[in-house]
Amino acid sequence: MPLIEFAEVTHAFGDGPAVLEDVTVSLHERRIGIIGGNGSGKSTFVRMINGLVVPEAGTVRVDGDSTANQARRIRRKVGFCFTNPDSQIVMPTVAEDVAFGLRRLKISKTEVQERVAAILETYGLKQLADRPAHTLSGGQKQLLALASVVVTEPEVLILDEPTTLLDLSNERRIRREIEQLDLQVILVTHHLHLLDGFDRTLVFHQGRLVADDHPDQARTTYRALI
Amino acid sequence: MSDLMTYTAGTSIIHRLPAGAKVLALAVVSITTVVIERPWLTAAALALAATATVLARLPRRLLVKQWKAYLVVVGLLGGYQWLTDGPAKAFQVAGGLAALLALAGVVSATTRTTELLELAVRCSTERVGITLALGIRSVAVVYDLARDVRAAQLARGLGFSLRAFAVPLVVRSLRQADGLAEALIARGFDD
Ligand SMILES: Nc1ncnc2c1ncn2[C@@H]1O[C@H](COP(=O)(O)OP(=O)(O)OP(=O)(O)O)[C@@H](O)[C@H]1O
Ligand SMILES: [Mg+2]
Repeated sequence: MPLIEFAEVTHAFGDGPAVLEDVTVSLHERRIGIIGGNGSGKSTFVRMINGLVVPEAGTVRVDGDSTANQARRIRRKVGFCFTNPDSQIVMPTVAEDVAFGLRRLKISKTEVQERVAAILETYGLKQLADRPAHTLSGGQKQLLALASVVVTEPEVLILDEPTTLLDLSNERRIRREIEQLDLQVILVTHHLHLLDGFDRTLVFHQGRLVADDHPDQARTTYRALI
Repeated sequence: MSDLMTYTAGTSIIHRLPAGAKVLALAVVSITTVVIERPWLTAAALALAATATVLARLPRRLLVKQWKAYLVVVGLLGGYQWLTDGPAKAFQVAGGLAALLALAGVVSATTRTTELLELAVRCSTERVGITLALGIRSVAVVYDLARDVRAAQLARGLGFSLRAFAVPLVVRSLRQADGLAEALIARGFDD
């Protein structure tokens, strides 16, 4: 599994208060959960892993590369699934959007088509391949956003609340898919049960990393905080 | 709006024609009907449009939807031309427009955006193609946002107010654009 290192990371947006304060942590487990209240800094923390946010102080490294100057290289191995699928889907139709992420792999057109077809099948989106993305339901969009990232076979998959819009059966589907993925997964979620079986869970509170533990203990800490 | 120009999967001969051929045909018909003003040419363009529509075997629902939108424009333009320049001119202008709209509708309904984009890419660069696709996608997103904002107004029992409509729409569109920019970076657009 790749090694993600935060060293004394502190960050504020503009003149605002610090949204992350003095965070130092190394992550290399297969399954890592991140929990905490609204505005506690979870999304900012994971955005730092692929360099979408570069910290004002401190460094973030992935396999030794710093996000400050190797962001492009890092993004090739770090897939990111955003909370709001509408902003993540960039192409007009479902199949086209899945194919978009495969551009950078420089594989043949037939292989692109095969991979797109296979992933749409896995995520139950096969019937929707040629549908305009904006006509999908919220949950279908979330599935599409995830499929579009997974298809590129990243080494690390960051999921920022990927199940907020999903019904029970699709939540189960996502959970099963995530379980089967042979890569490092970093999951931000308010659905605490999704962290069952995870190796490690971080708890954020007001910009600070207040607990770093097994999911069970971490959940207890989190519940005590709120 | 967004449904009018939507690809509709199918296996008809028109679907299987290369995108380049369809776009070229559309361009040729547009230019000739506009430049060479002859009633027989308008009739020929209409016949071509009708044949293409039949061959494409598009769902009736889509055609009805397309034509509901087109007829208003064609009718208004034709009526105006009839009054000002007489029936021959009206046939030529309104007929020409109808033929072009029908053909454009058939081309967009039978050609995947990707194919159109690949065409754009071959004629320019990949970035231009992706930018065009983003444009199409963004129009759809803003259209949806507008519908949501309007629905939210109605749900709160508000009548139509331009300010109460435009402000949230602009704010949400900008936020969406921010998100889209981030997603493009995360998904390797700059690679
Ligand atoms: N681009 C930005 N500009 C200014 N402030 C921001 C920006 N992004 C986040 N913040 C602020 O940083 C703080 C942490 O936000 P963050 O999105 O990391 O929280 P979160 O833990 O993901 O919350 P949630 O559970 O609601 O998603 C919040 O107070 C937020 O308002
Ligand atoms: Mg968040």
